[in-house]
Amino acid sequence: MEDIEHLEKKMKLIDENGLRIDGRKPIQLRPIKMEVGVLKKADGSAYLEWGGNKVLAAVYGPREAHPRHMQDPTRALVQCRYNMAPFSVTERKRPGPDRRSVEISKVISEAFNSVIFTEQFPRASVDIFIEILQADAGTRCAGLTAASMALADAGIPMRDLVASCAVGKIDGIVCLDLRKEEDNYGDADMPVAMIPRTGEILLLQMDGHLTLEEFDRGFTMVKDAIGRIYEMQKEALRKRYAVSAEELEEPAEQAPPPEPRSEPEPPEPYPPEQQFQPDQDDMEGQQ
Amino acid sequence: MNSGPVRREIVIPGDVIGDRNSKPGQGSFVEGDSVYSSLLGIKTANYGRVGVIRLSGRYMPYPGDFVIGIVEDRGPSHWLIDINAPYPAALHPAETPWRVDFGDTGRFLEIGDALIATILSVDEIKRIQLTMEDRSARRITEGQIVDISPSKVARLIGKRGSMIAMLKDYTGTRMLVGQNGRVWVDGNPRDMAIVARAVEIIEDKAQVLGLTESVRAFLEGEYQKRPDARLR
Repeated sequence: MEDIEHLEKKMKLIDENGLRIDGRKPIQLRPIKMEVGVLKKADGSAYLEWGGNKVLAAVYGPREAHPRHMQDPTRALVQCRYNMAPFSVTERKRPGPDRRSVEISKVISEAFNSVIFTEQFPRASVDIFIEILQADAGTRCAGLTAASMALADAGIPMRDLVASCAVGKIDGIVCLDLRKEEDNYGDADMPVAMIPRTGEILLLQMDGHLTLEEFDRGFTMVKDAIGRIYEMQKEALRKRYAVSAEELEEPAEQAPPPEPRSEPEPPEPYPPEQQFQPDQDDMEGQQ
Repeated sequence: MNSGPVRREIVIPGDVIGDRNSKPGQGSFVEGDSVYSSLLGIKTANYGRVGVIRLSGRYMPYPGDFVIGIVEDRGPSHWLIDINAPYPAALHPAETPWRVDFGDTGRFLEIGDALIATILSVDEIKRIQLTMEDRSARRITEGQIVDISPSKVARLIGKRGSMIAMLKDYTGTRMLVGQNGRVWVDGNPRDMAIVARAVEIIEDKAQVLGLTESVRAFLEGEYQKRPDARLR
């Protein structure tokens, strides 16, 4: 068996100035771009570009869970499908679920299960679809981050947004957010997902080895990075909804928040001029 | 009561919207000493109760809501109605204006029929009951149904029903708006098509300022194009 621990490194990942191959410092993230509400037909959606990763997330539901025997009479199911497009990697990926994507789907759905208020939707299911259009390491973190915004966009009640980032070790140095080459030829990779508000961990996996000190240092770094990503998520969501809130101001002032619930006007009531006018009536009473 | 314009704040799941003295309302939850938002929406505060009005999402049924449904399935003594919610709603013959014999449900409502009804009850496991014991409840036999996102129903109705009144006035159609995001329109085909396009505009531009004016401009334009226009 090949001794993978002591394989000769094929690449120099950190230069003499301590910079990585793309010129980043160990604590720097790759550039991130987020957009919410990109798909019209889904209940909620988000698109995320994170370095070389391009991820599309869509959320449907809550909707009736199928097959029926899967339904839980006390809470909603959270089902997730993580899928990589055949063209997302350099060598064509055989389409369809494989061992890796089934695992990622499972860990992501479990992460969301603990933030969504599933008990509000008994018998239903919330379906999350994550499509990786282009992959450059760290796609599960990118997928989680995008899916969390898509869930908020779909109006699903949650305890908080979920933010995620990876930390790893390359050439013996603990670094944030590894890219493809660093992931392949580095020493360790550890994706982490958190509830940023409380610091609860929703996902933590590790590939490779870290000493306890390295783990602690990496964890502090990733926690800080998650905080930064969380702010970006909030910003993207606010940007999407800012305008609609301004407009809502106008009717909400007169008609109290839950808009007149029923609109059961009979098809042809009275001609408008004969309709009851409370203001005029009051005036007459005073005269 | 203050009458000045209130700044409406957008909140995101996890945002703090109140402290230990506030009562949690719709779309919020308590953790420790704070009240947090569980939804993406607009923060509200009335008499110490804080909550969130959602800006997106599926229709959630609420007793008393006026809805437009489509018959999905039928048994010997009930119908299952699709009301655009996560769950189908049951309609029992006792809640209809008809006397329905056992096994004779098909005479009144067949699968695919549309109807106007009110939500009677929603229980804790979200079983929904409909009722047709309402003056406007009936089976729909004419016209067409236009869909709109349920969170934009309020925009379609407008302030004190201004938007819907304008649509009815310009197009001369009969319209009913269900809280579940379905709109029933009846009139001549050309007017119905114009209403459908206007609803599309409302859906797309719900967040643009001066929505009523742009819809009015659209309607004016549509009716000026045609010699037999129904302009009032």
